[in-house]
Amino acid sequence: MPVAPSKAATAPRPRRRSINVFSGLSHAALVIWAILVIFPIVWTFLASFKTNTELFGDHSLAMPQNFDWSSWGRAWDKAHIGLYMINTIKVVAVSTFLTMLFGSMAAYVLARYTFFGNRAIYLLFVSGLSFPVFLALAPLWLTMKNLGLLGTHTGLILVYVAYSLPFTVFFLTAFFRTLPTTVGEAAMMDGCSHTRTFFQIMLPMAKPGLISITIFNVIGQWNQYLLPIVLLPGDAQDKWLITQGIANISTNAGYEADWAGLFAALSMAIIPVLIVYIIFQRQIQSGLTAGAIK
Amino acid sequence: MRHGKLTPAALRKYGFVVSFLAVPVLLYVVFVVWQYIQAFQISFTNSRGISPNFDYVGFDNFTRLFDDEVFWAAVRHHVVLLLAMPLITIAIALFFSFLLNLGGGQRNGRMVGVPGSAFYKIVFFFPQVLAVAIVGVLFQAILRPDKAGVFNSALGAVGIGPVGWLITPSLALWTIIGVMVWQAVGFYVVLFSAGMASIPKDVFEAAALDGAGRITLFFRITIPLLWDTLQVGWVYLGIAAFDGFALVQVLSVDRGGPDNATTVLPLEIWRNAFTYSKYGVASAMGVALFFMTLTFAVLTLRVTRRERIEF
Repeated sequence: MPVAPSKAATAPRPRRRSINVFSGLSHAALVIWAILVIFPIVWTFLASFKTNTELFGDHSLAMPQNFDWSSWGRAWDKAHIGLYMINTIKVVAVSTFLTMLFGSMAAYVLARYTFFGNRAIYLLFVSGLSFPVFLALAPLWLTMKNLGLLGTHTGLILVYVAYSLPFTVFFLTAFFRTLPTTVGEAAMMDGCSHTRTFFQIMLPMAKPGLISITIFNVIGQWNQYLLPIVLLPGDAQDKWLITQGIANISTNAGYEADWAGLFAALSMAIIPVLIVYIIFQRQIQSGLTAGAIK
Repeated sequence: MRHGKLTPAALRKYGFVVSFLAVPVLLYVVFVVWQYIQAFQISFTNSRGISPNFDYVGFDNFTRLFDDEVFWAAVRHHVVLLLAMPLITIAIALFFSFLLNLGGGQRNGRMVGVPGSAFYKIVFFFPQVLAVAIVGVLFQAILRPDKAGVFNSALGAVGIGPVGWLITPSLALWTIIGVMVWQAVGFYVVLFSAGMASIPKDVFEAAALDGAGRITLFFRITIPLLWDTLQVGWVYLGIAAFDGFALVQVLSVDRGGPDNATTVLPLEIWRNAFTYSKYGVASAMGVALFFMTLTFAVLTLRVTRRERIEF
């Protein structure tokens, strides 16, 4: 590596001034974008304490006059944000767990065993990545209705798992292929069964890949909006998830004129995600971009 | 282990393979593969969902789409989205990731980002973890058309009159694109940063030694070496340009309005299926959407293929 401290790079040059202007402008751009991201979220949080007069008056950017938490109580109870949140946690926890279990089982077998039909099954899974889910919408609704699974969490979980499998299998198959074969083979020599080799040796070895793709699935399923509004229709309102709940409150806030309640509900949906994001931001960033970087 | 002989070991192996594949394959075939096959079938029928009786109507649903103004409006919006959204997002993200990774010039012989890079990366990425539906509700308040709307209040302070972000037909789609860009930029900043990190530092050092300024460094070195990552980003954003459902459904006026000015195919599929119970038409639109996405993906991979620069 060349260590020569380059004079050309450090010495003042005629271009210096234009470079300063350039870096000044680029700093400004960064600051402006940061404000564009932070400000709407902070405003929403503060708006949950405002009265309608404050929200619609001449000073809608001003701080709230008093911090009254009653809107948060209304959002939690009356608008059922608490219920929707618990529903979402239940659905996402079960479906992510099942996605990871079935996805890693299929991926492991497809990556490590030669048998007739291996390639065909792999291609079947991966081809699912090229179909838009909207294409399946109408028949899926009919199938769920016929199976009696419409408006149930069980149905939604099965659908979440099924639609998360293509990417999970695709990613984990590639991951299992990169792991060394010797450890598993040694275990088998010692009389370890196929199943036990998988659960006690291969899964722990695949931990980094499993963590990335778990994060990917948790965020993807937590943020899902289309499938809940189709599969948990209006007559199953006690089964609703957080995204459809919030969208519904925003439609109703206009009628009931409870804007502070809407912003409290919105804050409740954003703040837990924000906290989890700040704690795990490194893992989340690499988990979500994992699919794009080989 | 030899093939073709059913030794106990081979039996155990096949038993294991079958037991591990059975549930995932079954779930996937029933809820995904079978649904896509049915969608193609339903697109040739006049199915209305409730009654099990329906007739095959050939290409009627498809020919009807040709005369459907709303369908063409939606297709036009996808074209605008496809041209504008990836370009704007990639341009902004590329600029920011360059600043955050290489913009600080050299320090101790290494290229560094501008001060505060780590902070900016955390902040910029955050919208990505929010649900699109939540972002839609968030921006309803921010982009309210009256002068008390948050964005209009801020603009009012510098003397710009209230703008009807979502109620002006010619502006509404661009407002939606703006919100999409707002949410997407951070993801691509992180993606491109990872790409830039994998470029060996001595390439930049050598160029800087030769007197390359930041602009040359950006256009002549960074972009060519980042081409693979850019291509991935382009495909991702292009596929996102064929979606837009959650944002348009939640944020736009009258779900796709005003006057269909923001509608997109996924929204029309949803509306035809669940508001009008026209399952045949909805599925025909789904088939059209599928072929549009596929064409885009194939074209992109063909057009952007170039000599790969090995490093």
